[in-house]
Amino acid sequence: MTEFSEKLILPDIPNLHTIDVYEQHGGYGALRKALAMQPDAVTDEVKKSNLRGRGGACFPTGLKWTFMPKQSTKPKYICANGDESEPGTFKDRQIFEFNPHLFIEGSVIAAYAMGVKTVYVYVRGEYAKWIKVLQKAIDDAYAKRYIGQNILGTTFSTDVYIYRGAGAYICGEESALMNSLEGDRGYPRVKPPFPAQYGLWGCPTTINNIETLSNVPVIINHGWEWYSKIGAPKQPGTLLYGISGHVNKPGVYELPSGALLTDVIYKYAGGVPGNKKIKAVIPGGSSTMWLRGEEIEGVRMDADSLKAVGTSIGTGGVIVMDEDTDVLKVLARIAHFYHHESCGQCTPCREGCGWMEKILKRFVAGEGRIEDIDLLLDVANNIEGNTICALGDAAAWPVQSVIKKFREEFERRARKTPAPDVYVPPPHLVRLNG
Amino acid sequence: MLSHDNLEKFEQLKTQFPSMKSLTLPVLWMIQEQHGWISEDAMKYVADLLGLPLRHVYGVVTFYTMFNRKPVGKYHMQVCTNISCQLVGAEKISDHVCRRLNIKLGETTPDKKFTVIEVECLGSCGTAPMMQINDDYLEHLTIQKVDALIEELK
Repeated sequence: MTEFSEKLILPDIPNLHTIDVYEQHGGYGALRKALAMQPDAVTDEVKKSNLRGRGGACFPTGLKWTFMPKQSTKPKYICANGDESEPGTFKDRQIFEFNPHLFIEGSVIAAYAMGVKTVYVYVRGEYAKWIKVLQKAIDDAYAKRYIGQNILGTTFSTDVYIYRGAGAYICGEESALMNSLEGDRGYPRVKPPFPAQYGLWGCPTTINNIETLSNVPVIINHGWEWYSKIGAPKQPGTLLYGISGHVNKPGVYELPSGALLTDVIYKYAGGVPGNKKIKAVIPGGSSTMWLRGEEIEGVRMDADSLKAVGTSIGTGGVIVMDEDTDVLKVLARIAHFYHHESCGQCTPCREGCGWMEKILKRFVAGEGRIEDIDLLLDVANNIEGNTICALGDAAAWPVQSVIKKFREEFERRARKTPAPDVYVPPPHLVRLNG
Repeated sequence: MLSHDNLEKFEQLKTQFPSMKSLTLPVLWMIQEQHGWISEDAMKYVADLLGLPLRHVYGVVTFYTMFNRKPVGKYHMQVCTNISCQLVGAEKISDHVCRRLNIKLGETTPDKKFTVIEVECLGSCGTAPMMQINDDYLEHLTIQKVDALIEELK
């Protein structure tokens, strides 16, 4: 793996969020370059670079763009996904704050490549401060004709609008995001049809993560060949690793993909307070499978390496837990989160997430029964794969992995004496309110 | 119900979307910014303004957690207790806030100054524990910081 230490997305340049500083450092040069190319050539460049989505699913970005119909009687749209709500994830926020123009430039290039006239940026409602920063950047870009009619004097025009969410994790799911943008409840849609055929208002739509789009100008500037050699070959580029929990220096670190997990924790995040041992690590946000402390040696942070050890890169949000952590309590909190955020459309998720939370809380209170361990696993297994969207899977995976990796913890915490028999009266004897 | 400025903003927003329904969330945000919460009368107003059934507006308001369906205090304290915050003591912070203000999670102080609620991850994991007060993030919280803050806002 080549040593690469350059920061492409979040370079250390003061005031880079202002358009003047951004331009002084070559900003909007990639847009100029792209507008001189054929749109297909731009898509091809992104495709060859092997850029993969940074929102969690790691789908090849260039390939996604080719799904958009070239000829369409309907308008085409891009939704930039800035809903960023996966617990342990706080990277897109850094882009909005420190390098919003890079993201805007990437969005406009993507719009040109796919022939899109309107880009909607969906930002979670809590990010009020960053919405203001981004809106200022968009206004400045309009003033300099990087967005709007006849961009840089060409025949290409596109608009960029912000849409503010209002507090719903599920709206980070692409089809829920589209429903939310249409002004509805954020209910995920059944796929197919996929967004490229039938997206916003039934029109061809591409949804890309903020970090993904921010990589596009870099690829156009340096060329696909240069980009594809950074980090892990199958998922090249730098990643914004967000690290939190029990580390001395939590924060976002931009490093090449495929960085050693131990480097992220010890070299960059300064190790664990009090030099404690690590009990568990969540590698890519709350929905990814856990690793035990003993398993992290030699593990690299990219999609394929993490898949090989039974988990996934997710959003790159690393959460570290030291040896004194009550893993059941943490898992119960995760279960509470998914129960709260389930949209309620699919029975397995709506009911199952609540059951999982209930059982886990029983363990935390010392009331768990030994047979509850398999009951919990059974509930998780019956949610996984049986729902419209991946929220159900996201709720099941941590539970499955913690049972697998910390079963002894459940057994140790289960109550030693059997639960007392409880008299359950037949329905006709049940008296309401009394 | 919308101020003159917001009505102007509304007209401008109409040009950004091909359907009036998309304006449901933006208009509800404007209402909440003006009034602090969204009453049933406000929902009726929004439904009429957009030419949509009340049930649609009600459905949206009840789906999204940030829309307040009852008045909240002047300072809406939203304490994150999700895992990254939990690992570094969010529970102590939220307990302390409640004890200090003598209210439970979800309640408002009698003088209508403070409302405290528990929220899910706010994307501030690297600066945990944290809470959001109205639109502002307060990060790297400690008990002392919370005390000083409440003193200042009282």
